[in-house]
Amino acid sequence: MSTAAVPARGSGGVPLYDSANRGSRVLEEARALWSYRALVYELVIRDIKVRYKRSVLGVFWTMLAPLLNMVALTLVFSSILKQQIRNYPVYFMTGSILWTYFAQSTSSAASQTQDSNELAKRIYIPRSVFVASSIGVGLVNLVLSIVPLLAILVATGFPLYATWYFLPVAVFMVTLFAAGVGFFLFTFASRFTDIREMYLVLVQTWFFLTPIVYHPSIVPAKFRLALWANPMYYLVRTFREPIYDGMLPSSRLIAASLALSLAVFFAGWVYFCHRAEEFAFRT
Amino acid sequence: MTPAIRLEEVSVRYKVPRERIGSLKEYAIRRVRRRMSFDEFEALDDISIEILPGETVGIVGRNGAGKSTLLKLIARVVPPTAGRVIVVGRIAPLLELGLGLHGELTGRENVLLQGALLGFSRAKMKRRLDRIVEWAELEGFIDAPIRTYSTGMTARLAFSVATDVDPDILLVDEALSVGDERFQMKCLDRMESFRRAGKTVILVSHALPQVRDNCRRAIWFHEGRVVRDGDSATVTNAYHEWSLQPGDPEATEPVVPDAAPLPRF
Repeated sequence: MSTAAVPARGSGGVPLYDSANRGSRVLEEARALWSYRALVYELVIRDIKVRYKRSVLGVFWTMLAPLLNMVALTLVFSSILKQQIRNYPVYFMTGSILWTYFAQSTSSAASQTQDSNELAKRIYIPRSVFVASSIGVGLVNLVLSIVPLLAILVATGFPLYATWYFLPVAVFMVTLFAAGVGFFLFTFASRFTDIREMYLVLVQTWFFLTPIVYHPSIVPAKFRLALWANPMYYLVRTFREPIYDGMLPSSRLIAASLALSLAVFFAGWVYFCHRAEEFAFRT
Repeated sequence: MTPAIRLEEVSVRYKVPRERIGSLKEYAIRRVRRRMSFDEFEALDDISIEILPGETVGIVGRNGAGKSTLLKLIARVVPPTAGRVIVVGRIAPLLELGLGLHGELTGRENVLLQGALLGFSRAKMKRRLDRIVEWAELEGFIDAPIRTYSTGMTARLAFSVATDVDPDILLVDEALSVGDERFQMKCLDRMESFRRAGKTVILVSHALPQVRDNCRRAIWFHEGRVVRDGDSATVTNAYHEWSLQPGDPEATEPVVPDAAPLPRF
């Protein structure tokens, strides 16, 4: 075998793949994800289009679902259980649409694993695009569900506070957290097929452990720890307070939420980068 | 000249569990009983190959000889277990036609999706759309969902996208076995123009005449090793003769382990 000189980098912008010179996986995956951002966009579009093709109401389902949910829960929680919460529809919907964003994007990351590994075993795609697109679809749905929320504000004569400007920050923090959880789930689901089912049950329980349909003040003192240990408790508050209470979250709450989200995001990312490929080939 | 593809003592081993353990529940049970056993399957065994820019190389061999693993290695889908793989240039894999297509989406939407799967931006794909549709002869159908397409139409669309993106290296895996004769002719035509443009083409095929006619060089794989590497007529003939009476392929005729780089065209 001749030993022709091999350039370390492709000359003149020619892409170069060298299996011996892959560098840090964490950085490599980040670069690859960036260069495949068009694919993330296409996958989000595909998901949304496919979901609403051949349906009469189309995209209105996304807006109708939180409304129907809200009506049902308002009936149960404020009329039957006589909970004392001012404007329950707004209280519930602020928590519920944020929760739906988190739950939808993480479960979709766990569900996509099999299909996307089939694809990634045949052509080169950075696997993180699948988690990113799950988040992207959830984000589109979150933005769409702002419409029914506004409708409820108007219908119940609830004020539209100036503190809404904080919402992008709150959504950003939830996105980091959801992505971190999504990376873990995607990686586990590459190894074990029953992760998805287990997570769907878990996420249902988690929903009721988070003050969305009820007020945190009704949680008995001995269960307070379960509240404090729940990242979604803080994240729901950072989203709910600007809409429902008309105030910005306290700096302590923001700091805690941000620290948690960043920690989970980076842990998930690093774990994903090191294990996702390996797990996919363990058939 | 810098090779377009260079494999240095590359091996690919797959770890195959004796029993498929797909769920966490089963895994936990096995783990407790300490019964986990793996078989190692050597898909490629210590392969060294150099392919120069502009070469057209046919890969022949029985099923399970390592042909597809070789393409996946070059397409950076499978990492080598040992050795080193270096690829210079943009790769267009044509591994399975129709992979990643979605039946509910229209032809046009699928072209954009396929382009993105190959790593291209939306703007770039939109500029190429007309030419892709024209080559695939799907002008009248491009806004219909592709679940309404025939197999041949789907194949034309996928081939058109994969070859329009202007790769430096084209990997073709049995892709030409679908579609009618006219489509196959068009595909071969396009590969020919690739070759004239100095691009590297790697073709995996069981159709030996196709390899002989379209490739200058051929490599015969058997059980993860290179048996013969050289002029495509010689290699395909040797493979054909061996196929009629399979025995130890190494025993058939003198092996050419390190074929001298073939003259370029």
